[in-house]
Amino acid sequence: MKTIPTKRRVANGRSPQADSGDLDRWNLRLYVAGQTPRSLTAFKNLNDICEEYLKGKYHIEVIDLMENPTLARGDQILAVPTLVRQLPQPIRKIIGDLSNTERVLVGLDIQPR
Amino acid sequence: MARQNRNSKPLKGLQKDRTGIPGFDEITGGGLPEGRPTLVCGSAGAGKTLFAMEFLVRGAMVFNEPGVFMSFEETDEELATNVASLGFDLTQLQAQKKLLLDYVFIERSEIEETGEYDLEGLFLRLGFAIDAIGAKRVVLDTLEALFSALPNEAIIRAELRRLFRWLKDKGVTAVITCERGEGTLTRYGLEEYVADCVILLDHRVQNQVSTRRMRIVKYRGTSHGTNEYPFLIDEKGFSVLPITSVGLSHDASTERISSGVPRLDTMLDGKGFYRGSSILVSGRAGTGKSTLAAHFVSAACARGERGLVFAFEESQAQIIRNMRSVGIELESYVKKGLLKFQNARPSAWGLELHLALVHKSIIEFEPSVVVVDPITNFLAVADTIETKAMLMRLIDLLKVNQTTAMFTSLTSAANELEDSEVGVSSLMDSWVLVKNIESNGERNRGLYILKARGTAHSNQVREFVVTNHGIELIDAYIGSDGVLMGSARASQLARERAAELERQQVSARKDRELRRKQELYEAQLIALKGQYEAERDAILRELDEEHRRERLVADQRVEIARLRQADSAEVQMEENGARKARKGPPR
Repeated sequence: MKTIPTKRRVANGRSPQADSGDLDRWNLRLYVAGQTPRSLTAFKNLNDICEEYLKGKYHIEVIDLMENPTLARGDQILAVPTLVRQLPQPIRKIIGDLSNTERVLVGLDIQPR
Repeated sequence: MARQNRNSKPLKGLQKDRTGIPGFDEITGGGLPEGRPTLVCGSAGAGKTLFAMEFLVRGAMVFNEPGVFMSFEETDEELATNVASLGFDLTQLQAQKKLLLDYVFIERSEIEETGEYDLEGLFLRLGFAIDAIGAKRVVLDTLEALFSALPNEAIIRAELRRLFRWLKDKGVTAVITCERGEGTLTRYGLEEYVADCVILLDHRVQNQVSTRRMRIVKYRGTSHGTNEYPFLIDEKGFSVLPITSVGLSHDASTERISSGVPRLDTMLDGKGFYRGSSILVSGRAGTGKSTLAAHFVSAACARGERGLVFAFEESQAQIIRNMRSVGIELESYVKKGLLKFQNARPSAWGLELHLALVHKSIIEFEPSVVVVDPITNFLAVADTIETKAMLMRLIDLLKVNQTTAMFTSLTSAANELEDSEVGVSSLMDSWVLVKNIESNGERNRGLYILKARGTAHSNQVREFVVTNHGIELIDAYIGSDGVLMGSARASQLARERAAELERQQVSARKDRELRRKQELYEAQLIALKGQYEAERDAILRELDEEHRRERLVADQRVEIARLRQADSAEVQMEENGARKARKGPPR
């Protein structure tokens, strides 16, 4: 079984701190709970969408709440998987395995509502 | 954790977790089901959050069971501020790791649903919180916020089912609060999932007066009180008043205490009322009920006992002044701390709050004598049935504490005198009725004892006079003209005294006459006796004379015979005769 990179591992080469002031910079955080099939699906879907729509300007951080349950409090996570758009502001939350690409794009404001 | 293995232990009935909320543990027979979730539902403002918070705080402070409060509505700061007024310091409890507040905020507008998900995040978060402080108690307030925050109800329902199962497996005693729905206990039907214990909190307004009530809708595996219990939220928090559960198992004292009016004690077997009994004094306006009650309480204070007066008509100062005018000095007892007044208008609070405050005062002051003046005023805020129920609970409470209570009841002019308005007469052990008797253009008070359980009481109507040295009971005049009171009695008594005087004079006269007659006859008797003695002496003297003469004659005859030398036989006979004569006359 393929595993996903967890916690603060950068999925795309660039460091998030490097140019955080950049308005066209996408910081995404994916909360999962364990290496469940649903988590894997979500991570794969997210990667696919980012590669297609945000190529070169996104950063994905995966947080496994099984390992770091305290972090659930910070972003008010109840449902997993939850994708949190940290940047650009405002914060947006998308729950579910991201299988509905249309809604992910709407949720991330990549596509207008 | 040891708790998780409970299922493997031999069956010994449901274990209960004490809440520490006064009264609640009594009606549930020990608290909430241990290791199981309990649903607390009620409409807005019913006290759900407070109940839940008190369950945790008391658990942490009294039973040393740490707790997690997961709030979906209020932030940690808001919660801490809200309960600070009740004396709960959440910040300190959190610092001591006895309490953990976790505020869960979900904003629907921020959330987009994009496929399958579950609430494992919530589970992990809660699980982490529980493990962080070793919590034994968990509160979820209000879980239904999930329904409005997350779009997919089917997932929420499935996850909630899993959550409750998970809580049970964790072995924590959980309280889940829920908003009450239309016609259902909870808006989203959560009672389907939490089936072990359901508590309903209710806050209803009747006649502009609100009353809080609590009912245990269900409680699996145990018996519990099924009534609606009034509860109270005051500066000390939540308290349930399970006074009805007291029942009829109180002791009966044989000790007697004075009513404060000596003649009334006389009417009651000469000893007064039983200690711990309840006494009803009923009568129309201005019949002296309050004065009688003042006598009663002042007698108790004079014995050195504590008295508590619940006055619903007059202020303390007014009562003290008014009672001073009839010679009852109450102020000194107040200063000594033996007497306490609690004055309030009946409409100030709902019936239940009144009862609760009365209850609290009684517990705090521990009086041996209580006066409630008058109970009929409660009808202004509640109906007869409620008032009766409240008084029943009050009487039960008083009886358990062996407190003697006097209740006054105002009978309105439209009602029969022997109808106690509130219908509490059957609850009372003794019933003293004070009535106005109108005749001859004046109004007088009459008092009689309608009933006195266990006492051989007088059946007489006594006239009840309020003097400047208190109440006096006077025998009413009962004669051929019926019962006479007031001036009629006084004039009748005057008439009787006059007649009596005359009778006395007549008999004195007769007495004197008799004495005179006796003296007269005695004098006559003495005179007669003197006369008799004089006459007798004269007769005796004459007889003596005669005998002497006879003897002389006989002696002379013997002498003559001897001189004549007569026949010896003849002389002998003559001598015998002379000797006989010398012996004197026969008496």
